[in-house]
Formats: sequence, C-alpha cells, structure tokens
Amino acid sequence: MFNLWEMPWLPVAPADFRQRCKAFTESEPKLGERLIALAAQRADSAQSRAFAKLLARVHATGTSLDPMAPMRIAVLGSGTLDILADALPIACARHGIAATLTLGEYDQLVQTALTPGCAVWASKPEVIFVQFDHHWLGFDRFAADGGAAEASEAEDRVDTVLAGIRRNSEAHIIVTNVAVPPGALFGNLDRAISGTIRRLVNDFNQALEPIAGRYGATILDVAGLAEQIGTGHWCDPVLWHQYKIPFAANCAPVLADTLARAIAAGRGKGRKCLVLDCDNTLWGGVIGDDGIDSIRVGTGDGESESFLAIQRLALDYRDRGVILAVCSKNDDQVAIEPFRDHEGMLLREGHIAVFQANWTDKATNLEAIARTLNIGVDALVFLDDNAAERAQVRAALPLVAVPELPADPAYYPLYLSSAGYFEALSFSDEDSNRAASYAANAQRAKVMETARDLGSYLDALGMSIAIRAFDPPGITRISQLINKSNQFNLTTRRYNEAEVRAFANNSAMITMQTCLKDKFTDFGMIGVVIGRLDPQSDVMEIDSWLMSCRVLGRKVEHAMLNALIENARARNVATIRSFYLPTAKNGMVADFFDSLGFRRTAEASDGARTYLLDVNDFVSFDVPFKQPDQL
Amino acid sequence: MLEVITSTIRDELDDDTVMLTPETSASDVEGWDSLAHVRIMVAIEERFGVHFSNSEITSMKNVGELIALIESKR
Repeated sequence: MFNLWEMPWLPVAPADFRQRCKAFTESEPKLGERLIALAAQRADSAQSRAFAKLLARVHATGTSLDPMAPMRIAVLGSGTLDILADALPIACARHGIAATLTLGEYDQLVQTALTPGCAVWASKPEVIFVQFDHHWLGFDRFAADGGAAEASEAEDRVDTVLAGIRRNSEAHIIVTNVAVPPGALFGNLDRAISGTIRRLVNDFNQALEPIAGRYGATILDVAGLAEQIGTGHWCDPVLWHQYKIPFAANCAPVLADTLARAIAAGRGKGRKCLVLDCDNTLWGGVIGDDGIDSIRVGTGDGESESFLAIQRLALDYRDRGVILAVCSKNDDQVAIEPFRDHEGMLLREGHIAVFQANWTDKATNLEAIARTLNIGVDALVFLDDNAAERAQVRAALPLVAVPELPADPAYYPLYLSSAGYFEALSFSDEDSNRAASYAANAQRAKVMETARDLGSYLDALGMSIAIRAFDPPGITRISQLINKSNQFNLTTRRYNEAEVRAFANNSAMITMQTCLKDKFTDFGMIGVVIGRLDPQSDVMEIDSWLMSCRVLGRKVEHAMLNALIENARARNVATIRSFYLPTAKNGMVADFFDSLGFRRTAEASDGARTYLLDVNDFVSFDVPFKQPDQL
Repeated sequence: MLEVITSTIRDELDDDTVMLTPETSASDVEGWDSLAHVRIMVAIEERFGVHFSNSEITSMKNVGELIALIESKR
C-alpha cells in the first residue's frame, strides 16, 4: 500500500527531533547543510513547528544559511491555511529554501489583492502562493441551468485577485487549481452533465490555464495531488465546517512539500541526475554472487517485471532530460555484464552517463560522479535498496537526496516519482536532448581506494558477528557458499555437503562459519574458513577462505582472522600457511592476505601466491563489532 | 490519558509549564486561542487516531470532556 500523504520516501524523524532543534545554534559548522539534513525527515505537526522556530531563530542572527536560498513567501487563500503555513518552513528547507512566511488574513483574499497598504505587500514577497477552493469559487451547488454564469463569475473573481496581486507585486505567483470534491449527484453522469460540481470544477481548472498564463503564474496541481491521495481523504468536511480548512490535516505536509518543490524548481533547485544502485535495485539478486543467469529482471514473472518498472521510469527520466548514472559495489566487469548481455534489461550501457562499479564507498563515488558531470552533489538523487548504504551517503553527503525504499520493489517507482526530486517548471527541446549530449559511453570516474574514514559509520551500523565451527544446522548454507562463491574466494575449492559434513567432524581441521547482523539487516552466514592441521608440525594451512561480496569493507575478515588465530593458538599452531589461487573471477582478492599482514613467500608465473603468518607475532585487529562470539 | 493530553498540548503551545485538570477549559490556558485550538484538535486526532465530529468539537467544554470523548472512540 502506498500512502502518498505519509511521504514514505522520507525517513521518520527521531523521537528527540524537537530537542535537537532546540539544541542547534547558529555557530554550528555547515549550518545550512545540517538544516537541510534535519528537514529531510517526516515530521509531525509539533516537530514541523519546532523546526520553523529553529529556522526563525538562526535566521534572525543573520548567519549565512548557505547553500539554502533565502526566500520571502506570501501565503494567501480562501480558506484557513495556518496548518499549511506550519508545515511550509520544513518542507522548503528540505528543498534548499530558507523560507520567511507572511500569511494573508483569513477570508481576505480579494481585499488583500486589492489593497496596496496591507502587511502582505509590505513584506515584499518574492513568491506569492494563492489557494482557492470550490466553495469560494461559487461551486457549492448543482447549477441546473448548466452553470455558465457561475463559471464566468468564478473566472472573473480569480482574474480580479491575480490582477490585483500583480499590481501590488512583481513576485512570482503560484496559484492552485481545485480538487473535485468527493461524492456525486447523478453518479456516472456527473462527468457529462454541465453544472454538476464535478463539471464546474474540471472546467474551471481548464479555464485557469490561460488566466494564470496572463500573469506568468505557475499552477500548483492540487487537483492531481488530491486525486492521488483520494478526494474522500483530501476533503475533510468536519475540518471545513469547523475551521474552513480546505484539506485534511494529515495532508498538510505533502501539500507543503509539493508547494516547496515548485518554489525550489523556480530557483533552479530541481535535481539533475539519478544515480542507481544495481543489486536488488535494478534487478533481483546480487550479480556477483548469483551470476547473470540467476538475476531476476524482465518479463515472465512478477518479481522480474517489478524491476522492469523501475528501469522504465529511469528511462522516462532520461527522456525528459535527467542524467542517469550507476553506483554499485561490484567489480566493474561483473556489474556491466547485465547492461550488455542480459536480455531482460531495458537499461543499456549507452543510457548511463557515468558508470561506477568498484569497492570504494558510495559517498566517494557520488562525489566523483558529480565532478565528472560538472554538477553539484545537491543535484544528485541516489536510489539504493540497502539501508546501510543509504545511511552512509546521508551522513557523508547530506545534500544528496536519498529516498527510503520499501521492502517490495514493486513500489520503487511510486516512491521515487512521488518524492518529486526532479520537479521542473518547463520542458524544452534542450531538456529532451540533454541525455544524448552526455557522450553515451558510460564514463568511469577515478576514485581513490580508501578515500573516506569509515570508522564512525561502521560503529553506527551496530554490527554484531557470530563465529563458530561448522555444525549440522549450518551445513547446507556453508556448502552453498562454498560452491557459489567466485569473487571473494581465495582458492575456489568446491566441496559437496558430505565432504563439508566430514570436515565438521574431523579433529584435524579448524572450521569457521561467520554470521553478520547490523541494525538494518540480518545477513545470515556470510563467511567460511577451512583450515587443515598438519599432525607432523605446528603448521596450519588455510584450505579455503571465502565470503559474500555483500559484506565487504566492514572489517568482517579482520574479525575472522582474530578468531582463527585464537583457535590456532589453542591448538598450538605456530605458523599459518595460506594461498591465493587466481581464477578469471577472483582478481579482487589477489592482495587479500597481504592486507591482513601475511608474509608473501612465493609467487608463481600464473599469479598464484603462497603466504606465511607467525601466530606469536600476530596482534589482534580492532574491529567494530558488538560481542564477537568466538569458537 | 490526562498525561498524554497534557504533553500533546504542551507540544502544540510550546510551553512545558502548562498544567491541566479535567476542569480546565481553553480560556483557562494562556495561548490557547482559536488558532491554537485548531492545532491542538488536529494534534490530538493525530496522536490518538480518532476523528471528532463538528458537534463534538463545538460541545466540548473542558479537558475532562475531551478525555471522555477520546475514550468513547477507542
């Protein structure tokens, strides 16, 4: 279920949001960025007002709110708009606008428009928002004679208001169209019979286009918004009768967000580039682990089709001028293969302007993408199914838009498109040709190997790890990993379940299976080590060391080595010997044992390497896990 | 229930010193004007997941009646 008014693409604000607002001072470094990050959350009415207070407080100190653009906004309307005004500062901040609001007086729309001296004009607004509802327009009743007089009067009223505003101000006007109230008089015929409220409102909305055009006004499509939410939800008769509020209270935040986007688009703050993760975002499965024949995308089953839908949306974005990029944690050649060779894919290499598939963190890659395209990181939208990756990017680059995604990929398109990151006020030939103007060669931007200190990010993931010997419940999954792992596999030795079971029972072997959890995901079993003890000496040989690619860069391997050494010491092992046996797919682990402090003792012409490690010389690694569980 | 309502109203009035009893009415509380009333009613509906009718809103005289009304809807 998709509840648009809940804005599910925004993470929920923490319970201490209001305390955080109070604790903010104008001497915060990167104040503007921090405010934007604070605003990129779903806030209830009290939280929105706490944010508005914070904004007013720091604004009054005169401190620069860069990169937020300050803007004076007047809010005029036929109804009571206070709860909309309450939600507007946080919505504007989310889109990079530091808003100062002046609210017109209730039920004074015409008077305000026609009176030069009133407070609204004295505030010198730069944007004027004008809201109408169907009651004010005179569409309260069925017009049995067809409603021509009512329609004409409504159009005149609107024209009078807009003309009056224009005489008093040069500001940009954003005017709403009108939601069709729910209910029907005839039923199916309401659409066809002139004079029904449905017809009066629909005809008015059409007539509004040229009227707005006369004043250079933008139309905010409230009718469309109400339709998506459901007009039965949008129009709350109790709130209207009691307070003259023309929409349901819980719709105020999304209406504010819709308005904020239009305002931001007018300031050129609509975003320009959609960066896509691959695994479980563009296709079902993990290409590095599952291989091109097992990822799910295309026609033929529901899951595969749901991934086609997000690819279709990405291509539509490209056709309207949004640049597409890819950012994936994979070997480049592994990640590009589906774009080249998988028949089910719609996205092809030629659609992607910048293609980043490597093992460096995503924030660093996003910066590289922005640099390559010569745009700011504030022009990027990053789509990734992985909550840990989203958290890393949000923490490192608060100006990148990172929508939450649901567990079910069928809803990805709605989450992305409803967030409205690419709001625009116009569409030109230049826009539709933009994608082609970026050479369709899927450029790679250079990134350094370890560009970012990930320490606090890893701690914030709240990871816990459990390492134990092979046991009967684990045998199936262990055998699966042994037989499927190609990339993060040092020796690529394959064993069947019977053999794996025998290892578990063999006292001359040390076996380890590693399970990982973080606060977002339970990864299950993701690492295997098999060691053989030599009865004639104090040497242990690592027969196999393999891991899932999903958990790289988290120091899991360091924790595994700590555990292996402890085990080795308990068995009086003095030396550990290990090997790297190169294959077409495991190039990424060529330096693995070197990076763990093993001494390389031999290298053959085909790239095979032998290593030794002295157990007594080994110093435990610092690892970011809670309660490591040792053998 | 009185505690939750008190905390909701304190949030909306942004005043942690507000004290409520079942006999308290809007006119007894500084800052609880008609605009604050809209916000408080909306926040209470949000917090408790209830929806008041026009006659209920109009006839509510004090906090005690508000509590009774909410409880009748749950």
